Parts: sequence; C-alpha cells; structure tokens
Amino acid sequence: MSYLQSVPPHDLEAHLADHDSKSVLRFITCGSVDDGKSTLIGRLLVDAKLIFEDQLTNLGRVGSQAAANGEEIDLALLLDGLEAEREQGITIDVAYRYFATSKRKFIVADTPGHEEYTRNMVTGASTADLAVILIDSRQGILQQTRRHSYIASLLGIRHIILAVNKFDLVEFRQSVFDEIARDYRAFAKKLGFVSIQPIPISARFGDNVISASQNTPWYKGPSLLEYLETVQLDPPEAERSFRFPVQLVMRPNADFRGYAGQVASGRISVGEPVVVAKSGQRSTVKAIVSFDGNLATAAEGEAVTLVLADEVDASRGNMLVAPASRPFVADQFQAHVIWFDANPMLPGRSYILRTETDSVSATVTALKHQVNINSFTREAAKSLQMNEVGVCNISTQAPIAFDAYKDNRATGNFIFVDRVTNATVGAGMIDFPLRRADNVHWQATDVNKGARAAMKSQRPAVLWFTGLSGSGKSTIANALDRLLHARGKHTYMLDGDNVRHGLNRDLGFTEADRVENIRRIAEVAKLMADAGLIVLVSFISPFRGERRMARELMEEGEFIEIFVDTPLEECARRDPKGLYEKALAGKIANFTGVSSPYEVPENPELHLNTVEEDPIALALKIEAFLDRQMEDK
Amino acid sequence: MSLANLRRLEAEAIHVLREVVATFSNPVVLYSIGKDSSVLLHLAMKAFFPAKPPFPFLHVDTRWKFREMIKFRDRMARELGFNLLVHTNQDGVDQGIGPFTHGSNLHTHVMKTIALRQALEKYGFDAALAGARRDEEKSRAKERMFSIRNAQHGWDPKRQRPEMWKTYNTRVGAGETMRVFPLSNWTEFDIWQYILQESIPIVQLYFAAPRPIVQRDGMLIMVDDERMPLDPGEEVADRMVRFRTLGCYPLTGAIDSEAATVPDILREMLTVRTSERLSRLIDTDEAGAMEKKKREGYF
Repeated sequence: MSYLQSVPPHDLEAHLADHDSKSVLRFITCGSVDDGKSTLIGRLLVDAKLIFEDQLTNLGRVGSQAAANGEEIDLALLLDGLEAEREQGITIDVAYRYFATSKRKFIVADTPGHEEYTRNMVTGASTADLAVILIDSRQGILQQTRRHSYIASLLGIRHIILAVNKFDLVEFRQSVFDEIARDYRAFAKKLGFVSIQPIPISARFGDNVISASQNTPWYKGPSLLEYLETVQLDPPEAERSFRFPVQLVMRPNADFRGYAGQVASGRISVGEPVVVAKSGQRSTVKAIVSFDGNLATAAEGEAVTLVLADEVDASRGNMLVAPASRPFVADQFQAHVIWFDANPMLPGRSYILRTETDSVSATVTALKHQVNINSFTREAAKSLQMNEVGVCNISTQAPIAFDAYKDNRATGNFIFVDRVTNATVGAGMIDFPLRRADNVHWQATDVNKGARAAMKSQRPAVLWFTGLSGSGKSTIANALDRLLHARGKHTYMLDGDNVRHGLNRDLGFTEADRVENIRRIAEVAKLMADAGLIVLVSFISPFRGERRMARELMEEGEFIEIFVDTPLEECARRDPKGLYEKALAGKIANFTGVSSPYEVPENPELHLNTVEEDPIALALKIEAFLDRQMEDK
Repeated sequence: MSLANLRRLEAEAIHVLREVVATFSNPVVLYSIGKDSSVLLHLAMKAFFPAKPPFPFLHVDTRWKFREMIKFRDRMARELGFNLLVHTNQDGVDQGIGPFTHGSNLHTHVMKTIALRQALEKYGFDAALAGARRDEEKSRAKERMFSIRNAQHGWDPKRQRPEMWKTYNTRVGAGETMRVFPLSNWTEFDIWQYILQESIPIVQLYFAAPRPIVQRDGMLIMVDDERMPLDPGEEVADRMVRFRTLGCYPLTGAIDSEAATVPDILREMLTVRTSERLSRLIDTDEAGAMEKKKREGYF
C-alpha cells in the first residue's frame, strides 16, 4: 500500500532513492476497548488513499450487513483480520500496517485494548517510537489509558499523541477537549514523556485525521497525519558505545572463524580494539566480512560478521564491546518485569531468561514491590498476576552481559520463558546490577564429591518421591532407607513434614511458599549428594516446574524421580493424618488434589503402583533399580 | 538508527535467519520459486557467507505449477549449489486430485497443506522458514516472526507468543514446530526495489509478454498445459500480461501489463489500484479463507 501515487515519477531512480532514505516512524495505537483504534487507522488509510480498491470492495462485502442496517462501513474490519476479532468486534492481536506519504514511512502496530491481551500491546510497544493513545471523549481517562501510558513509558516510548476520539458525540465542545488534555498531562507528569500532543478527532467521520476539521475551529494544532509526518523524534544521540551481541560463531572451515550478529549500538571499524564482555579478553577487528565484499565500518542496526585478530573465547550469548565503555556482567540485577501468563510469577521458581542471544536459568529472588498502575505507587506483593508490573531482584545461574534498559533497549531487555510450556510468560527491562553478588565467591574445596563418595563405597543419588498426600511416599522411602542402611549404605531421608518443623517453618501452603519450600529442599539435597550421600526426598512436590528445577540442580543421572501413583480416592480412604477429611470439609486451603493442583510426572524414572503392591515390595524394586544404575556406571 | 529502509529490512531478515540456525537443530526453507522466495534465498546466501546456507530448500510441488517455474527452480539449484528437496503428496497424485476436478479448496488442502505436513514430518524439520509478508493479507498481518505450530501443524492465533524487541522465544516442545517469516516487515514494493538493487534473478512470468489466456470468473488464466479444460464458448487468446504472484497456474490470475523490466514493474506499482492477492483465487474462496488454511497448517 505504501506506494500509491497518482502520477508515476519521471525519474524512477531518484524517486526510489528518495523513497528508501525517508525516515521511518514506528508507532502504536492503544487505549481501551471500543475507543476506536482500528477505526482510526482504517480512516487514516482510507482518507489518505492508501487502501487498494479490492480491499475496500471486500470490506464492503464483509460489512454489507452493517450497510443493510443503514450504518456506514466498519473501517475497523480493515485491520481486524482474525475470525474471532470479527465475531467479537475487538482487536485480539497486533496488526502491523505499512504505509508511506511523501514525507515519511510508517509502520503502525494496531494493538489490542482488552486487558487480557496486554502482552500483545507490549509486543507492539517494544519497538515503537511513538504511541497514539485513544480516549473516548465521553469517558475521559480510564484505567486502560493509564495502563497503556505506563507501559509505553516503561518500554521507552517518549512521544505521545492523545487522540481524543468520538468528538462528534460531545458536539465538538472545546471544554471537553481542554479538560481531558489537562487531566492527561497532570497524570502523565511522572512518566517522563518528551512530548504530548492532544488532538480532537472523530475517526468515524474523519475530523482532524488527515486535515483540519470545520467542526473544531477553535483547535489550531495539526491533524493526526500532519503531526505524524512532522513530529521531531529524538535528535540523533551522541555516539553510543559499541555493543555487538554474538549470535552465531561461523566456522565453515578451519581457516575461518567469524562472529555473526547485529550491531546493537555504536559502530566499529577494522583495526579498532574490542573486548569480550564476559571474560575481558582483548583483541582487534581484523575484518568485517560481507557477501558484497569486506566492509571498513559497521554501524548500529547492521547484521555483519566480525573476524578478530586473536583467538578469543566468545560464543553465542557473549558480547563484543568497546574497551573504554563496557556493559555490566553480573548474575544478580534489578529489573522491571511485566507478567503475561495466567500462572502468576512466583519468587523462587526457576524460569529461562532469554536476552537477545543469551539464555540462562533464572529465579526471582525478591519481588520488591508491584506498581499500582492507577496511582503509580509501590505496593507490597508476594507474586505477580497476569498484566501486573513489578520490580524484582533476579538471580541467574551464570553471569550475563547487559546494559541498563534506559541506556540501551537492545541490550537491556529480556524475556522469561516457562520451563514446562515454553510460553513467553514475562518481559523485563533491566535497571542495574546488584553489588551484593560481588563479595560472595565459590569456595574451592580440596576434598571433593568423588572423594567423599568413594570413601563410602557408593554413588550419590537423590531419590525424589512425589505423589499425593497419603499416597505412601514416606512409608516406601522409610522401608528403602532400612534396606540400604542394612547394606552399609550412607543415606539420609528428608521428609516434608519434618522439614516444615525446622528449616521451612516460615513457609505456608500458598503456591509461592510451596515453590520456595521445594527450592530449599532441592538445595539441601544437592549439598547432601555433594557429601556423597544417597538422599531420599519424600515431598508431595506438586509442580512439574519445581521437580525439573531440582533435577537440573543435580548431576546427570543423579536425580531419580519416583512417582508414587495412588489414586486420590485411595489416598482419601487411607487418610493417615486425617487431612483429607478436613480438606474435603473445606477446612484446609490449598490442599493438593482437593483445592490445589497436582501435576503428574511425565517421564519419571520409576512409576509405582501402591494399590497392587505393598511398600516392602516397592522398596525392593527401587533397590534393584539402584543396583542396576551402579552397575551401569 | 538511520539505516536506509532496504538495508534495515535486510539486516533484520539476516538476523532472523541466523537466529534460526543458532537455535534449531533441523531447519528448512520453504522455497516456492516466487519473488519472495527468491529474495529469501538471496538473503540466506548473504547471511552465512562465506559459508553456504546450512539448511536445505524444500519445494512442495503440487504438479500444477507453471512449467517455467519448475525449470527456473532447477536452474537456481544448479547455479547456486543449494540443497533442493522436492516433495509431492503421492496419495493426492494417485487419487488424481487437481484444481479443475476437485476445486481450489480441496486441491490446496491435499496438494499443499497435507503435502507440506508430510514433508516436514518425513525429514523431521523443527523450523520452517518462509517468505510470507504481513502486508499480503489481513490475517498474515497478525503473524509473528516466530510462529509456533502444534504437533498437528495447526496455528492458533490465541496461542501466539508475545514478541518483544529482537528477543525471540525459539523454544518448542516435543512434536511442535516453528514457522519463521524473516520478510514479515517487507512490503511488495520493498521486494521489487530489493530485486532491482541486488539484481536477483526471478521467473520470467513476472514480466509482461504475450501469453495464451482464457478469461474465467473475472480472472485471466494462462493455459500452461493441455490439462486445462475449456468451457463451451471459452477461447484461448494471446494477451500481453504478467503475474504479480505465482502459484498453481489454474488458480493464479494474470494482469494486463506492458511492464517488461523490474523498473517498469516499479513504475507500474506506483499507479496500481488493486492488491497483489486479488489474483490469488484461494484467498477469496470464502471469508477468512487464509486464516482457516493457516489453522490447518498452510501458510
């Protein structure tokens, strides 16, 4: 659509060069449901004659029912491309549209207003320079206006157009406009926008969309399109530091070793020095290789391959940087996190943290506070629910290289990925590294795990019994413990109830506390395995994510998941501690299997059936499994 | 950040191509021989230079492509030395499925969608790159760069992952695959401008020439072989036409045009009043057609 013109240019080459070098403005439209975002973009494209005839005709066909009812064509249908969107009359997902005028090129992300789809609004905002925030002039500033303004500011958008829409419905009264503009400016003061331009608009009838409206003679400002075409974006920043996240090490043959990636900021020329961020190794750039011949310089945004003068150790996830100005390298930092998933963010749970090219295990060590999007005040919280924003301390399993998000959008961002579903569950903007990590170092010890295990003539193992309350975990573990002890094995048993009397007495049974409960036990089991012991862990451990986290803490083959599979009815019948009776009577909150979920293991090493076999027989089975494992070794 | 437009789009696509190679074990490029595929192929040659692209190129052959396309495909594979795989749904061939006998919908489902699924499973590909662009069609405007498909290859728009910055979530579960669209942010005009700038070879069918044409249902259909049945009263006549998109010849309409070079095409596009997909029968055979096809595993 970007290329409609009434007359073909005389000089095509000059036209193309001009077209190619036009500045690109990336913007989003946001606001509450039914504020008319899709209609506004539709109106803009139609009035500026940027829509193809067949698309308009097709719109007529889809909208013919509306037309039959005497309504005009619904312009939103130009953008709402999904069936569910047309059925419900709302925007679910981001639609990207591309258009150009004689002055500028535009990429617009039409983002959803519905709170449920905030994640899709964030998707559009992460790469935008400007946000058009729509307001229904009859309603004024709503919660979604605040939420979207806050998220826009958090993601680094610095320019706002306040489109005060449906202005025909308030008789084009200036007082309404002035009041909304004043309210918005007052509320947005804390958000640090560089410019806010309010415009009175009727997307339905086109007032002030591409040209000044007769209906608002008192309004002297620009129309929407005029403003989009001319708004001054941030002046070209003073040269930023060179950052090159290594994406791929290219080794097509023994003679060539190149680092492929996209320059995140700054520029680099052949002969200039660079440093490998994580190790501090130095080298210089020997060549910048490209298909079209070697380059002398590579600048921000370019995807290139760098060849260095020395053999340094830099792999995917590392960063080549300017020696004089290095990024942070740390395994603990503070960040603002937006949560997307229906399952809340729980401190202590292990997620995969992904930066542009790095990927590590990470946990939120502290949720310092969440941000109230109405008042921007800090509020205490134990977990982050879907669409909430919080400030968190994060700890990663290995150090990552990064900048503060406010200094560099590309090197200061990350996403959280759920280990089980692989869904993108959160997005983060890094604030700063935490210094406290600097003074805690691993103490190297001379007597190691192997030596300790050898002295005991055994191979350490963590036998992780999982199953419902009353399934028989502790009974079987106890029987196995006696068998092993009788054979001279060095063992220790960690029982859920016992640990809750000591180490974990501060924890309750909420989801967050259960995650922390398991995290601590997994760490203790790891220390005991390091001491050479065979550890029997008997915990309900209802969530796959935590069991996987525990497994990943241990060495390969060391973690043996034992699923004590007893049906709920049978557990409730046995009810050794009288807990089911209370739980079913509603007297215990968060009781696994009754009022809290149990996620069945997918691939346990051992799957025990307690209805058909007794605990001693099952313990013997596990012992036989262990013996086989020892032989394999 | 002031890279010129094409340079910016090129860098973005190369970044995505490399990201796929860095994070998937068995990727493939779906090569459909059209202009977008040709650009994608060119970008793949650039992305891994001095090495060759480290993945094969797969053509799903419905047996109803223009003959010129097949010749062009084989020539490109020979000249550039890439690994070309061709897959056809043999069941469909055995049943004699074709657009004239079974209609565009069934033909596309059996010979493209099912065939693609067969090929992905046969080779165990975990990521499939393709040249789809968001400006082609409204439901494509909603696709992510990295688009997850379930074990049945289905697309669920509500399960799309949020995609922030250039930080892509490339993890897939057992049986799941990823469709990847490095040209998402390109427009038709960008594609042509890039073809001009980089002198990328494309099939001659994109350029105007006299071709044997039948007018049917408002579309200009080229008679590419003897399999095309003529209705009573229909006549084949030579007509100066070219194609804006290429697919199965019975389902792809030509446009009247004099544009015989890439600059001619660019000039023509500056005055064109209709969208490129108007000439694709399969997009308009029912409301929400593209989205339905994508849910089933089509692109």
